[in-house]
Amino acid sequence: MTLRLSIPWRDTRAPVLQRRHGGHQSKAGTGAAAGGSRTSGKVRRREQEAGLKRANFGDGPGLPTLLLLPQLLILLFFFFIPSLRALMQSVLLSDPFGTNVQFVWFDNFKTLLASSDYRQSITVTFWFTVAQNVLTLGSALVLAFATDRIVRGRSAYRTIILLPYAIAPAIAGILWAFLFNPAVGPLAQVLHWVGIAWDPNLNPTDALILVTLAASWKHVCYDYIFLVVGLLAVPVSLMEAAAVDGAGPIRRFVSIALPMLGPTVFFLTVMNFIYGFFETFAIIDAVTKGGPAGATNILVYKVFVDGFVNLDLGSSAAQSVLLMSFALICTLLQFRYFDRKVNYGV
Amino acid sequence: MVERSPILNMVCHAILIAGALTVCVPLYFAFVAGSLTVTEVQKVPLPWLPGNQFFDNLQLAWSKGNFSRTFANSIVVALGITAGKIVVSLLSAFAITYFRFRYRMLAFWLIFVSLMLPIEVRIVPTFEAVANAALPLQSLADILHLADLWGWISGHDVAITLEWNMVNTYPGLILPLIASATATFLFRQFFLTVPDELCEAAKLDGASPLHFFWSILLPLSVPNMVALAIILFLFGWNQYLWPLLFTTDKDMATAVIALKGLIPRSDSEPAWNIAMSGALLTMLPPALVVLLLQRWFIKGLIDSSK
Repeated sequence: MTLRLSIPWRDTRAPVLQRRHGGHQSKAGTGAAAGGSRTSGKVRRREQEAGLKRANFGDGPGLPTLLLLPQLLILLFFFFIPSLRALMQSVLLSDPFGTNVQFVWFDNFKTLLASSDYRQSITVTFWFTVAQNVLTLGSALVLAFATDRIVRGRSAYRTIILLPYAIAPAIAGILWAFLFNPAVGPLAQVLHWVGIAWDPNLNPTDALILVTLAASWKHVCYDYIFLVVGLLAVPVSLMEAAAVDGAGPIRRFVSIALPMLGPTVFFLTVMNFIYGFFETFAIIDAVTKGGPAGATNILVYKVFVDGFVNLDLGSSAAQSVLLMSFALICTLLQFRYFDRKVNYGV
Repeated sequence: MVERSPILNMVCHAILIAGALTVCVPLYFAFVAGSLTVTEVQKVPLPWLPGNQFFDNLQLAWSKGNFSRTFANSIVVALGITAGKIVVSLLSAFAITYFRFRYRMLAFWLIFVSLMLPIEVRIVPTFEAVANAALPLQSLADILHLADLWGWISGHDVAITLEWNMVNTYPGLILPLIASATATFLFRQFFLTVPDELCEAAKLDGASPLHFFWSILLPLSVPNMVALAIILFLFGWNQYLWPLLFTTDKDMATAVIALKGLIPRSDSEPAWNIAMSGALLTMLPPALVVLLLQRWFIKGLIDSSK
């Protein structure tokens, strides 16, 4: 957690050779500064706690409590209490008006896992997130490789490729919904002209392809910038040594840069899954509303529909709890990423 | 680079041009559609060159989407979330790095846990919490039989019903999104790299903790705050699920939600030209932020993901 990707931003525009050597110097510089302030060189006092400044304002719970209060109150009201209520509701059975509530142990979960709708939702989410992940990471890797090779026009390319980050998922969805709208969409017309009967409003596969494309289009920029930054940190001496040994640019990328980027790729995979699971809600809602016939009804959309449209609170809460466990796993995986980063030192 | 290879360089440029085109095609067609009339936009095939209705459509979209109101809402919400998150996390990061107190680690972990659950997975209970923020107090009152107690003391029969409905209010749109583990960590990490000597010198000079925070720590944190503010502004502007649930009143909707109302549904006139103009309008503010403040934006993006 305490090690950071120390990539000097100032150097990204500098010429190639200077850039890499400059990177090393300032990396060492920040490392030394951080080390000094973390008291690693000095004798740790017995009462020194993790993450506490050596020069601190001492004891007295009054002021820190006051400082923490806003954050903790908001967490209490909008985070801990709702999460607890979700846990409670998931083991209760109530009618839509909440007049009749029963304690049913794990019946909600049992019904949920037995229902074909939920299983379909799991399958859809699986294919959607995996396809989105492969597409996003694959294109980001290719683009990052190309960006790292060239010098001229680099910042222009980067600016354009980063643009989708600014665009709301809902708007990205709307743009793609128009492009592939079977009646008016220009790209759908091209597909029809080629002879493909494209209609995401009727064909489940087409709908899934459409939302996957929109979701990936929106997210490539995120993976891309992390990979570009990661590539800048690959030591140029390693690359030169490999070149002397006769390795071509692609071989060097695959055998040297990619393994060194391993932790970043791992982190991005986790982030892509989180994005696919949760943040794509807006794309689904704006483009397909989970249809046709539940073909794009991903898990988080189903929580919303069951909770707010079908008013099946018990089932919705049970789904929330399952999703929470998934998010928990993702966070733990992220922890692992931080550990790895220490080992590799990238 | 290590060796010269003009062919590979050409291939790389081709790849990047293809990537840039993929980004631009949807935007270009949004612009084309946004510049056509309703009849032109339904033609098969769609014209691939822009028409001359661009500004008329923009005006129409502006009024149809109630954008003069919803843009203001979006700005208030986005800035509110940005400012709120930064203030709240600066304060708590200061507390957990510069003070030694009994439940310091507990507070740290409580904040950290919130990282694990995005708002999407606990939609229903969070909605309930904000629809009536007084709900926990109500249950507390019920459990303690406060009503009976008060009735016994005062001799009158009373019923305690607490309600604090935040639907269709700015606090309701902003507050649930303000707690931020990532921002807190960002500032915590930064505070840990601030030289100890600064704090010691401030203490020698007799500065109070808050004085030190305000005059030394805050000015030092400005670059981090700016970078983070950009990411948070985009986050706030692009919110979808929460405003969707939270704004039943059209005048409280945000721009993104208002835009959703412009998308043609199967039973309405396919006014894609207006929808696309609206989409361009709505994405303009965040796009400008990313284009103009790119360096800060990249720093914020990388920093806030640690």
